[in-house]
Amino acid sequence: MIEFRNIKKSFNDKTVLHGIDGVFRSGRTNLIIGTSGTGKSVLLKCMVGLLEPDEGEVLFNGRDFTHATRNVRREIRRDIGMLFQGSALFDSKNVEQNVMFPLDILTDMSKEDKLERANFVLQRVGLENINKKMPSEISGGMKKRVGIARAIVNNSKYLFCDEPNSGLDPMTAILIDNLIKEITEEFDITTVVVTHDMNSVMEIGDDIIYMYQGQKLWEGNSQNILSTRVPELQEFIYSNKLVQALRDEQQNNKI
Amino acid sequence: MHGIGNYFIFLGNLFIKREAFRTYVKQILDECIKVGIGSLVIVGIVSTFIGAVTCVQTAFNLVSPLIPRYVISLVVRDMTLLELAPTITAIVFAGKVGSNIAGELGTMKISEQVDALEVMGINSVSFLALPKIIACLMMYPLLVILAGFLAITGGYVAGTLTGVITPQDYIYGIRADFQEFNVIFALIKSFVFAFLIASISSYKGYFTKGGALEVGQSSTSAVTNSCIAILVADYLLAQLLL
Repeated sequence: MIEFRNIKKSFNDKTVLHGIDGVFRSGRTNLIIGTSGTGKSVLLKCMVGLLEPDEGEVLFNGRDFTHATRNVRREIRRDIGMLFQGSALFDSKNVEQNVMFPLDILTDMSKEDKLERANFVLQRVGLENINKKMPSEISGGMKKRVGIARAIVNNSKYLFCDEPNSGLDPMTAILIDNLIKEITEEFDITTVVVTHDMNSVMEIGDDIIYMYQGQKLWEGNSQNILSTRVPELQEFIYSNKLVQALRDEQQNNKI
Repeated sequence: MHGIGNYFIFLGNLFIKREAFRTYVKQILDECIKVGIGSLVIVGIVSTFIGAVTCVQTAFNLVSPLIPRYVISLVVRDMTLLELAPTITAIVFAGKVGSNIAGELGTMKISEQVDALEVMGINSVSFLALPKIIACLMMYPLLVILAGFLAITGGYVAGTLTGVITPQDYIYGIRADFQEFNVIFALIKSFVFAFLIASISSYKGYFTKGGALEVGQSSTSAVTNSCIAILVADYLLAQLLL
């Protein structure tokens, strides 16, 4: 479980986060949604420690991460996996080396065990026979899968995904979304996904936080999001033509 | 001043909470190949020609018949050991290796690869920069020794082929009034310059922000700052040690 309380963050004079609270439960896909520039990624980076919040705290299973010592932070961070927007695979390593990297650095496993584990997670994300390919030789969707495999290879308890389907075609995006949801449930991971893609919201959103201008405006799930009465969220949802059509169809059925 | 302060904080972070040393061994060997073997050709060409030019130009300037010809090779030797091999090679090394380090780390920074290391709980500063610095400290002195040998050989070839000095005079000259400390001085300089080039370039690359344009700027800045630091350190070392 991840809990965050009163997270505030400013850059120079611009306040990006105005005191955000929330709880993300394990085994569920938790979404942070909102339009561009609302502070979703900043909140995510505050949670994983890539940015320091000006105020507030983040707790991983009750352990304070924000004010923890460097050693405690390192310990908690070793349970964290992250899928970056651009996948962030290491250019100088091939697929297999990328996936094995956390095991090489963070564990004392034998080479055979590491290889076995890497092959297991690669198979789990649907990738086979590309172990020796370099990141520049594989497609964007494959890079995302390798990124997911690297994030979970060390039995991570927390998975953070920053816009996992940006730059992907709609079919691959759905595949990646479903993969994230399956892995979350299968390995009982606390997954946090930052997205502004309404298809993802409807597909995988177990718990959803809607952010608007650095504030949490709404909290719910994919079942009740369409019936929201928050005007800003309605505008965000129905900017998507497909969702618009879905609403129109529902209204026509009622009539 | 702010930049210099950050540079020293960066240097401090190289050693705080780094990973176990075994983690770095393979990386250090890879970097040694990249830094050392990769620089052999350019260092070889530059030092050979600099030695040759020094020999020919010294001969051109020694017009008095009272000065023995072996002085030409004596000048080539001392110039090579004191200045040309460690300092000129350092400028070349900064251009080749420094820009490469800054470009590599800058690209890793803007493509979130550095963030990926941090999220895993790895000290990215020491993980990325320390192997490069150690590799440069190991390989650059060897390159300087090679550069010194090639410069003196280049002078011999140019001097004897053009007829400005006989082989016997050249060999006599490079052995005359030899001071061992000059070799030690060249090696001390090579360690200092290697550290400056690797650390300044790593610092510039690691703190790259933005996109491709900024990566290019970081590389340029790494080379110019390294060159300035080399020249300042060169002067200070000459004052302190000679």
